[in-house]
Amino acid sequence: MAVKVMIPTPLRAYAGKQTSVEVKAGTVGEALSALTGQFADLKKHLFTDEGRLRSFVNVYVNDEDIRYLQKDQTAVKDGDTVSIVPSIAGGSRN
Amino acid sequence: MATKTGVPVMAENEQPEMKLSKDEILRYSRHLIMPEVGMDGQLKLKKAKVLCIGTGGLGAPLGLYLAAAGVGRIGIVDFDVVDSTNLQRQVLFSTGDVGKPKVAAAAARLRGLNPDITIDVHETSLSSDNALEIFKDYDIIVDGTDNFPTRYLVNDACVLLGKPNVYGSIFRFDGQITIFGYPGGPCYRCLYPEPPPPGLVPSCAEGGVLGVLPGIVGTIQAAETLKLILGVGEPLVGRLLLFDALGMKFRELKLRKNPECPVCGEHPTVTKLIDYVQFCGIRGEEAPSTVTNIPEITPRELKTRLDRGDDLYILDVREPHEYKICNIGGHLIPLGELAQRAAELDSSKEIVAHCRSGKRSADAVDFLRKAGFKKIWNLKGGILAWSDEVDPSVPKY
Repeated sequence: MAVKVMIPTPLRAYAGKQTSVEVKAGTVGEALSALTGQFADLKKHLFTDEGRLRSFVNVYVNDEDIRYLQKDQTAVKDGDTVSIVPSIAGGSRN
Repeated sequence: MATKTGVPVMAENEQPEMKLSKDEILRYSRHLIMPEVGMDGQLKLKKAKVLCIGTGGLGAPLGLYLAAAGVGRIGIVDFDVVDSTNLQRQVLFSTGDVGKPKVAAAAARLRGLNPDITIDVHETSLSSDNALEIFKDYDIIVDGTDNFPTRYLVNDACVLLGKPNVYGSIFRFDGQITIFGYPGGPCYRCLYPEPPPPGLVPSCAEGGVLGVLPGIVGTIQAAETLKLILGVGEPLVGRLLLFDALGMKFRELKLRKNPECPVCGEHPTVTKLIDYVQFCGIRGEEAPSTVTNIPEITPRELKTRLDRGDDLYILDVREPHEYKICNIGGHLIPLGELAQRAAELDSSKEIVAHCRSGKRSADAVDFLRKAGFKKIWNLKGGILAWSDEVDPSVPKY
């Protein structure tokens, strides 16, 4: 299945400055593996040493949080969008 | 989940009867002629009490539009002083305000825009000791802060007090907006149970921000606040609005309330405010550098050695666009490229590494020492300190 992975701004530097990357995958887990396979630097920003998704990073398939679906086993189909959404805090100070 | 009756404000019989004066009717005529607002809606705005945490990039349009709309009481919390670097985006302030406490400058501007409303000034740093006390008198809290400990503090305080938290955050060209803490809706910890480790997500000073971005996001926060007060439209409860200014695209993701959330879940474990600085792993203002024992040289010492004719190699580890702003003639190898380009350096030479403030260059020195470079020092305070102590003609940024 060809899916588009949306790369959030803070992580674009580690993904060749791209805003999104097309990968072939059947599940979210496979999509993220394909992504970190292409961009090794992304791995440590997305995953802990034990291979778990970092808790300040959320992943969505289309508009649904995978934590409420089947997590990294969540199936993806052609044309789906996988979004990586890290927490950002910028607001007021210089 | 989101009802259309608006946020519960103080019950009618607890307040003196509020009316709109003739001047107010004229001022708000563009509201009054819309059935979605009308006299009833304008009175709701007049009775509403909104607390704005942070009066900076997000707080500027937020304060202006809430004041313009006639929100009867607006509280502003900020301990900071206006700085010239703020003026690129904090449009509440003028050049003449540089050096003044932000809350004072903000209050003056907002009172000028709308003298009929009340502006409460809280010139203080929000903490676990004062948050509940400050929040309790307001109906809605709007989070316009810029750091993770405060985000978690505001969230937890709002959940504990049962007050909605209109959340907005920005980074470079991206924004996120939602409403946390609405009854039945998710809170910040449902989305992000833990903060990122310090240093992983840069602040605006380190990452930069397009000035207009907090203007857009803060205005959206104002719109959501007004909708909550009026009880109209579909507020962003359970919806995370993602804004990409470069692509000029809005996307939306569903936010769910986490039944196991430690603060707002069915069995909360956080029932009072905690030490958020510790929670986010930060001690003091800046995230501590993870590198220790870095040999340093001060700008004055460096100047003395250069004037003496010492053969020093100045290594600048900043980015090319920073080099164009100002430089001291160093050889540019951005920190991210150092690993691949270390072979360009001669380890028999004495090397002084610098960046903007001394943090990145400390990492560079640490890396190179571990790679076997023995004669290498970090310029303490970076090019900013060089400008302060040696050559004021070098612009600071």
